[in-house]
Amino acid sequence: MYMDNSATSPVDQRVLDEMIPYFNQNFGNASTLYTLGVEAKKAVDKARQQVADLINADVDEITFTSGGSESDNMVIKGVALKEIQKATEDNPRNHIITSSVEHPAVMESCKFLEKFGFEVTYLPVDEDGLISLDDLEKSIKDSTILISIMHSNNEIGTIQPTKEIGQIAREHNIIFHSDAVQSAGKIPVDVKEQNIDVLSLSAHKINGPKGVGAIYIKKGIRFEVLIHGGGQEKGLRSGTENVAGIVGLGKAAEIAKDELDQRMKHNQEIRDALIEKVTAEIKDSYVNGSLDKRLPNNVHFRFSGIEGESLILRLDNKGINGATGSACSTHDLKGSHVLAAIGIKPALSHGSLRLSIGPENSIEDVDYIVESLKEVVAYLRNLSPLWDNNTDTYIGDKFEKEVDEEDLDRY
Amino acid sequence: MEEYSQKVKDHYTNPRNTGVIENPSGEGTVGNPVCGDIMTIYIDVDEDETLKEVKFSTFGCGAAIATSSMITEMATGMNIDDAYKITRNDVAEELDGLPPIKLHCSNLAADALQAAIEDYKRKKEDK
Repeated sequence: MYMDNSATSPVDQRVLDEMIPYFNQNFGNASTLYTLGVEAKKAVDKARQQVADLINADVDEITFTSGGSESDNMVIKGVALKEIQKATEDNPRNHIITSSVEHPAVMESCKFLEKFGFEVTYLPVDEDGLISLDDLEKSIKDSTILISIMHSNNEIGTIQPTKEIGQIAREHNIIFHSDAVQSAGKIPVDVKEQNIDVLSLSAHKINGPKGVGAIYIKKGIRFEVLIHGGGQEKGLRSGTENVAGIVGLGKAAEIAKDELDQRMKHNQEIRDALIEKVTAEIKDSYVNGSLDKRLPNNVHFRFSGIEGESLILRLDNKGINGATGSACSTHDLKGSHVLAAIGIKPALSHGSLRLSIGPENSIEDVDYIVESLKEVVAYLRNLSPLWDNNTDTYIGDKFEKEVDEEDLDRY
Repeated sequence: MEEYSQKVKDHYTNPRNTGVIENPSGEGTVGNPVCGDIMTIYIDVDEDETLKEVKFSTFGCGAAIATSSMITEMATGMNIDDAYKITRNDVAEELDGLPPIKLHCSNLAADALQAAIEDYKRKKEDK
């Protein structure tokens, strides 16, 4: 029972069927002039239109990349390199605003730029994971060159107010980028209506292949190119086009657009049933993130007194695949930066579980998942020194201590 | 993520000697829940200083549970001074190895057993 569609998703058979000929029959290089190459180029252009249609962009505003991470790196570093050239004594053109809950592709790109003298504001979020528009407005300076706020969060599924963020960015003439890897194909994403200048998306989150994604760049937005070479993708992203992958992304985007309403309804029904049953039937279980501004396919729990990796392993033994923000999965002493940002203390964030729903899941799966969770959580609590089995309560607070040298040395 | 050995999988799936010993001869707790793992080892020592019973409770990852489980098996029936000499590496080897990242961060069971034996000796001195 695969419930980790926010990590990756199985390739839809219709997508695979569309891709197969481009591996060994229509295998041409899209840059060549003979028929085989022209056919490949036509396939790439068709996919460009399919991706543009998914997010209400114009076809020439779509550039293909290797995925969401590359798209994020491309815009953040590209804008930084472009704008720093315009720096003056009065205006260093070096300030970026992002949020404290971004995907590592955005977060690490920003940290990388800090090493070169760029200044980054990481906006805090409330307990639901939402930024404050007031905070955003206040953090804007003359030197601000980019606002990069994700469309929805990859861990807790919180959907940010992109339309309003984009409005503020426009008023200040600042580029607004949004990482929509978890949103595109899952909820309506309309770059025009939501005032988005640059947007990242990925194929493998929407039942397409891995290793292919796209970046939407609004007409008129310019930034430095990172990958130089043969000048493919209008010079924005050199490298022989991954034709089969691009065809797969195009088809996945087309299917996601056509089936959006029914998928949202299907996902939300399963999501709501899981939230309702788990929180009712498992003591000390909580939902992380917003209940209403939430991706329809995202469920994110935390269970006091247990650790996420052992939870995932035991669920795996029952045939259920999920994800955790535990330190053991992130190799980060403090665990999930997203859960920390919404105010969940580390000892509790280690007990988190993300279940992300896809088309292959069904409402009939819910009871089995809930029963399995009840059993596994009870077992691990029985094993845990942080849970008092006599009183059936969490007693972890008394074990918490400051992280010392010895702890740090272990990681 | 590097895969765990079959032995590690066996021990985190079916951990041995779980639970609490009421009125133990000694108990030792190591780790920090803030960092994602904490374990307590309980020991029952008989008059000739043999570990009659060793039990554990652990909050932690698969490796933390497996190492706790393994050390209870290794130490049961041993003289306390011999058991005190069990190292983190001994536990990892007995489990046919651990992923490198886990070798360092979650392999606390030997420390917990040593803490329990020290606790036993302290209590004995106080009598």
